[in-house]
Amino acid sequence: MSTYDATGNATRRPFSGRRVRAGDLILQGVAGAAALGAVVLVGLIVYKVVQGARLSFSTFGLGFLTTTGWDPVHQQFGAANFLFGTIVTSFGALLLATPLALGIALFLTELAPRWIRAPVTALVETLAAIPSVVMGLWGIIVLAPVLQDHVMPALHSALGFIPLFGPSTTGASIFTAIVVLTIMILPIISSVSRELFLGVPGELKEAALGLGATRWEMVRGVIFPYARGGVASAMILGLGRALGEAIAVFYVIGAFNGKISWNLFGPGNTIGAWLASEYSNSGSKLETSSLFYLGVILLVFSLLVNFLAQVIVRRVSRRQGLSVL
Amino acid sequence: MSAADLSVLQRPNDRLRRRRVVNRGMELLAWLAAAIAVAILGVVVWSVAKRGASELNLDLLTKPRVPFALPGQPAGGLANAFVGTLVMVGLATLMALPVGILIAIYVNEFAPRAIRRGLGLVLDILNGVPAIVVGIFVFGLIVATHGQSGFAGGFALAVLMLPLVARSTIEVLLLVPGSLREASLGLGVARWRTTLGIVLPQAIGGIVTGAVLAVARVAGETAPLLFASSVGVSNSADWNPTHPLQSVPVAIFELSDTGVKSDVAQAWAGAFVLLMFILVTSLTARWLATRSRRKLQRAAR
Repeated sequence: MSTYDATGNATRRPFSGRRVRAGDLILQGVAGAAALGAVVLVGLIVYKVVQGARLSFSTFGLGFLTTTGWDPVHQQFGAANFLFGTIVTSFGALLLATPLALGIALFLTELAPRWIRAPVTALVETLAAIPSVVMGLWGIIVLAPVLQDHVMPALHSALGFIPLFGPSTTGASIFTAIVVLTIMILPIISSVSRELFLGVPGELKEAALGLGATRWEMVRGVIFPYARGGVASAMILGLGRALGEAIAVFYVIGAFNGKISWNLFGPGNTIGAWLASEYSNSGSKLETSSLFYLGVILLVFSLLVNFLAQVIVRRVSRRQGLSVL
Repeated sequence: MSAADLSVLQRPNDRLRRRRVVNRGMELLAWLAAAIAVAILGVVVWSVAKRGASELNLDLLTKPRVPFALPGQPAGGLANAFVGTLVMVGLATLMALPVGILIAIYVNEFAPRAIRRGLGLVLDILNGVPAIVVGIFVFGLIVATHGQSGFAGGFALAVLMLPLVARSTIEVLLLVPGSLREASLGLGVARWRTTLGIVLPQAIGGIVTGAVLAVARVAGETAPLLFASSVGVSNSADWNPTHPLQSVPVAIFELSDTGVKSDVAQAWAGAFVLLMFILVTSLTARWLATRSRRKLQRAAR
């Protein structure tokens, strides 16, 4: 035993000479420092944004979240209407985007002729590459008039008894923001879902079809249950993107800071959109600090979203690991 | 008795027909969903091209901006914005690319499993930070004390680029066959030489396409630059990153809001150039990425 160790050491030594090990250590050190840098960067982002919000936090506390109004004259600032707009537009977009994205993913994995799959996949993912400033400009000039003249009146006359579908006053509305956000998060959800659907074992699908299931029954009975957890985390990622979007929403939401209204066809505001419009503001310290406070809210949202997606992915991978056994 | 038998035989047929109709309906909806997505892309590109392409000329790229141009007077161009974007995206690439590649090297070649997982989470978090929050962060970190500058803008874009570059590089490094690494280490080559001399060159194509995708993505960012480099910019081309620099997205953002007709026209022209640049680069990079991935997979087999 000991002789073996001794010879092992003896033969290893010439190859692990000093110079060689130094190179390893240097590369590991430099690469490790870069990795540490990423960790420090995340910490620094949280620290700087929270630090900036401190004055506003000590002035307004959590009441900031439940009061409406941005009044530099009386130094009263609240985020309730921004919070409301952010949540309504994001969940509205999620509601519209999810069925569409699932349809696209099914089309690309089950229905489309083989030669069409790669180009359509590329085109759908290209949708995600459109800059938000272009999306916003298009949204207000091209999309909003169409929605205002055709879609909103139709929905209002059919479903007007629901307060969500009130009379439309402008093209720039919460609804327009929802549609723009839908377009922006659609590719995220569809591309993740597509990959999940591709991962469904062929035997399971064939077994269902062999038992006489129609294609849709196979999708409902095999693909959806198999991919459920993954689709949920894809939806959460899409939601995260929608919650933090600023520029595109700024263009189309109408920058209305008044009383919260449930009418989707009226203007509103979101945290991101308001931050985008206040960038050159040279207001008081308290106002600047309140903008940082809004940033803290968005930061908390994005951390929550990441955390939720992680939990779901972990739980799903554990369950699927068991089901394979 | 026989009548009852018949009805039993008939019922499944009815049900089968209904199941087929439902199936057909759902298939149709899936086709429709894909058609809608492609149509939206088409409509966006077409309507930007319709409004922007007619305004497009060399002056847009090379002439300084003329604010308050009277009708009939030449409206100038957006040279300041194009130069600014070039400088800031260049700075961001210089900062984010080496660091991102080093992070990927650490994750793939050195990190123990637990740390690898933790770093993956950190990159996810960094990727999830909204662009506008990165803007506020840079405002608090740099702008509040040193004022706006091209450096601040480049740094903000680098923060957005870093997780993209690191993620794509990690994925490419994973594709490099382990047998190559083992062969090199087995021949007694040191780990650092194996990594830099064998593994990285194999992955270089994938790393470059990942970097190009990140550049395309970051070149269109408006939100962080609003806080980092937007106020008091020069109207003519300015290459000095210690000054606040104009950028294409910010120029679009501001010009589309002035209400002046020639400004809005220039905003559309800028949007057209930006959109074309991003579409062409990201589609090309994507095409190259699938090609190099296929090559690596073939090499692995």
